[in-house]
Amino acid sequence: MTFEAPGFWPPSGPEVVFLLLGLVAVGSALLVVTTRQLVHAALWLVLCFGALAGGYLVLTAEFVAWVQVLIYVGAIVVLLLFGIMLTRAPIGRSADLDSGNRWAAVLVALATAGVLVSVVVAGFGTAYAPLEPGQGAAKPLGSSIFRTWVLPFEALSVLLLAALIGAIVLSRTDIRGRE
Amino acid sequence: MHIVYPVVVSALLFSIGVYGVLARRNAILVLMSVELMLNAVNLNLVAFDVWLRDRLHGGQVLTLFVIVIAAAEIGLGLAIVLAVYRNRQSIDVDRLRDLSETGASGEAGPPEEPVGVGEDADREARP
Amino acid sequence: MISVVVLIVLLPFAAAVAGLLGSRWPRGGSRTKENDRAAARRAAWFAIAPITAALLLTLWLASWSARALPRGSASYPGAEFWAGLLPGSTEGTLTMVETGSVPISFTLRADGLSILIGVLVVVVALAVQVYSVGYMRDDPRHPSYSAFISLFTSAMLLVVYAGDLIVLYAGWEIMGLCSYLLIGHWWEDRANSRAAVKAFLVTRLGDVGFLFGIFTLGFAAGSFRIDDVLSADIPRGTLITATMLLLAGVAGKSAQVPLQTWLPDAMAGPTPISALIHAATMVAAGIFIVARLYPAFLGAQPTLDVLAVVAAIGMLGAALAALAQDDLKRVLAYSTISQLAYMAAGLAAGSDKAAIFHLLTHGAFKALLFLGAGAVIHHVGSNLMTHMGGLRTSVPITFAAMTVGFAALMGLPPASGFFSKDAVIAAIEHSHSPAQPFLYGAALLTVGVTGAYAMRAWLRTFFGPARVEALPEPPPGTAHVFDGREAPRSMLWPIGVLAVPALLLGFAGVTEVDWGSALVSLIVALLGAGVVYAFWRGAPHQDPARMLGPFRTACERAFYVDEAYRAVFARPVLRLARGVVRTDGQVVDGAVRGAGRLTMSLSGFVRLAQKGNAQLYVTGLLAGLLLITVAAVVLG
Repeated sequence: MTFEAPGFWPPSGPEVVFLLLGLVAVGSALLVVTTRQLVHAALWLVLCFGALAGGYLVLTAEFVAWVQVLIYVGAIVVLLLFGIMLTRAPIGRSADLDSGNRWAAVLVALATAGVLVSVVVAGFGTAYAPLEPGQGAAKPLGSSIFRTWVLPFEALSVLLLAALIGAIVLSRTDIRGRE
Repeated sequence: MHIVYPVVVSALLFSIGVYGVLARRNAILVLMSVELMLNAVNLNLVAFDVWLRDRLHGGQVLTLFVIVIAAAEIGLGLAIVLAVYRNRQSIDVDRLRDLSETGASGEAGPPEEPVGVGEDADREARP
Repeated sequence: MISVVVLIVLLPFAAAVAGLLGSRWPRGGSRTKENDRAAARRAAWFAIAPITAALLLTLWLASWSARALPRGSASYPGAEFWAGLLPGSTEGTLTMVETGSVPISFTLRADGLSILIGVLVVVVALAVQVYSVGYMRDDPRHPSYSAFISLFTSAMLLVVYAGDLIVLYAGWEIMGLCSYLLIGHWWEDRANSRAAVKAFLVTRLGDVGFLFGIFTLGFAAGSFRIDDVLSADIPRGTLITATMLLLAGVAGKSAQVPLQTWLPDAMAGPTPISALIHAATMVAAGIFIVARLYPAFLGAQPTLDVLAVVAAIGMLGAALAALAQDDLKRVLAYSTISQLAYMAAGLAAGSDKAAIFHLLTHGAFKALLFLGAGAVIHHVGSNLMTHMGGLRTSVPITFAAMTVGFAALMGLPPASGFFSKDAVIAAIEHSHSPAQPFLYGAALLTVGVTGAYAMRAWLRTFFGPARVEALPEPPPGTAHVFDGREAPRSMLWPIGVLAVPALLLGFAGVTEVDWGSALVSLIVALLGAGVVYAFWRGAPHQDPARMLGPFRTACERAFYVDEAYRAVFARPVLRLARGVVRTDGQVVDGAVRGAGRLTMSLSGFVRLAQKGNAQLYVTGLLAGLLLITVAAVVLG
């Protein structure tokens, strides 16, 4: 924060890489919400998450990047694909993936983007952080989690357990409600 | 690294997620859009963690937590979607209209729907 | 001495309270026959004992007054009669009520005039209370009935002894209320309650003018005390306005033209009520007021002229109407209007003395006539003279008493009416009013017509073939079924007692008889009576009223005044009321209902957004959030 911030032009190498990755992420995210094929949406989501993981890497948060790849790409998207298949969604193009208030959604989304972008540009337009590799490695992060953040961590484990049980109960059909 | 780059990317991702939540009909797509929004938040957290040089790594740790919570959420969300699908043979969000006043506009769903919802509610309410 | 006056006024009031609250308390609340009878007995005691006490007190007050002061200390010319007889007067103020402008003094006063009228009121009230015990036997509502009579008596005494116009007005209105309640005593019959409402509304119409007249006088004089008002120097224009307004109230209460229509209908009430309220006392209150405020009226000659015209029309018209009625009580009612018009004529001619004299004798003989008529009706079971006839043998006491009454009504010597009517006619003859010839002619004609209708009623009731037949079931509003006997003793005693003053009261004025005019009026009266007798003699079965020829129906309908009022006032008002109802229902309510319907349809429009689509809701939520954020940034 105390560093003298260099100008926006020319961008440094990491910045160029990040911007490209960000472009990929945003583009694939747009495809996720606009594509007409369900499965494609999940696959574009993989690309988006991968690009984000790259962005984390550039931002020196390597542990987060690996976790992102592992959990999001490896678990969540797979789960979503299972969901798609279990609900017998049509494989291939389907015309009616968008609901009726699409234009209102476009308007709200654009307004959200406008507000957020203008706010962050106005607020952090000059903020600059030199990148120091190793800040987000597994070791410092792990020591931080198991020292400072150990209590939330344990609470999260309970949450996960609850979610697990809830998911099982919800998806099983042979457990009836009390009459 | 100018912080504004990741932050703007995150803002755009979030807006795209908002659009997806509002515009997509399929419940699974809506869940995907929610994931997009969560990722936008994650990117924000990481970027500010780097900028602020937090010694406790609060931003990155929180990112991990959010990822965990996202996993739990997607599990539960999919379970709910499956339950709805079993009851309705459809997961189109704009067709789940039991919130509307029945009989008032003539656009309420078929009469057997409330029964199904009752079962759903029962099931969700039970731990 | 004023405490005696207070006591006289309060005793009947206490009787009313006791009669209303105490008759069925603590035992006897349930409506069994024994309870009803016990309650009636107790109510009779509650009613009669205080009135008797009040009568004794009044007589004592009169004797005190007669001995109190040297004679002839009259406060103004023309007041010699009672001022000479009862010169003593007393006055006391209980409290002053500050109103912000003109204070109201709660003042009672007793002087010759008020003591005279007070004696009349108490005597007639006592007679009627005793009479009612017999007449209203087996009526389950006798307690409330007698309590209302007591309340009425108290109010009338308050009017009579009031020393302040507002106090007087209070008594005046309570009288109206009691009149309403008692006319509608048999309210089960719709016609009776209608008659009650009619009486109430018509008198109220006059009372509005009366109240404003009081206000005008009071504000002009700066005080409502009657003495202050009479001694105040009020400009003539104000005086005329005030007395004209007062005249409206007088016309309403005393059933003078044009507000006379309520009195014949008021006969729907029990006959003793007719005797007390609608013949002897309340209707005479109007005359009393004029006499009480007579100096003010003397200062406003145009008012007296109007009064003269009203009286002239009223006396002749009512007498003609009485000639054609078949209902005995209605005959007496129209006769009352006519006689009240006589008193008004006496006042208009400038002699309050004659008017009050006639008021006293009329109170006696008309109460007697009504009570006698009640006994006859009680005997026959019908109001209609067509059902009567030949009764002189079966009810001899009533016959004798009513003969005295009719003689007094016709003005035959030596009955009281002869002297008092002569006083009035002499006063009219010697007055200098511009309406004098008209008034005099009307008065003489009326004397003749009075003789005729009194003769007709007498003959039709007591002579000729007996037409009495037992009616199967009397309609409510008439009295009891025919029982073929003379009335019970509680009814005969009051009749007999009242016959005495009806016969002899006139001799109080025997010294001042103008024999010339008396002879003229006597001849005219006998002429009228003779014509009727001749017609009756020709065909005893038929109604002598046939001599009126084609004019008869008009007389029977009282010259269609009721019909005219109905067409001119009642129907337009009803139409207006219906219009108001329609406006209220369709415009006002319509606006409210339309607002509701508009809201519903608008909400239906808004409901389009509430289709149950959660996405739409979230869209609205986020849009609102954005707007708030932007607003906070821009405005903050």
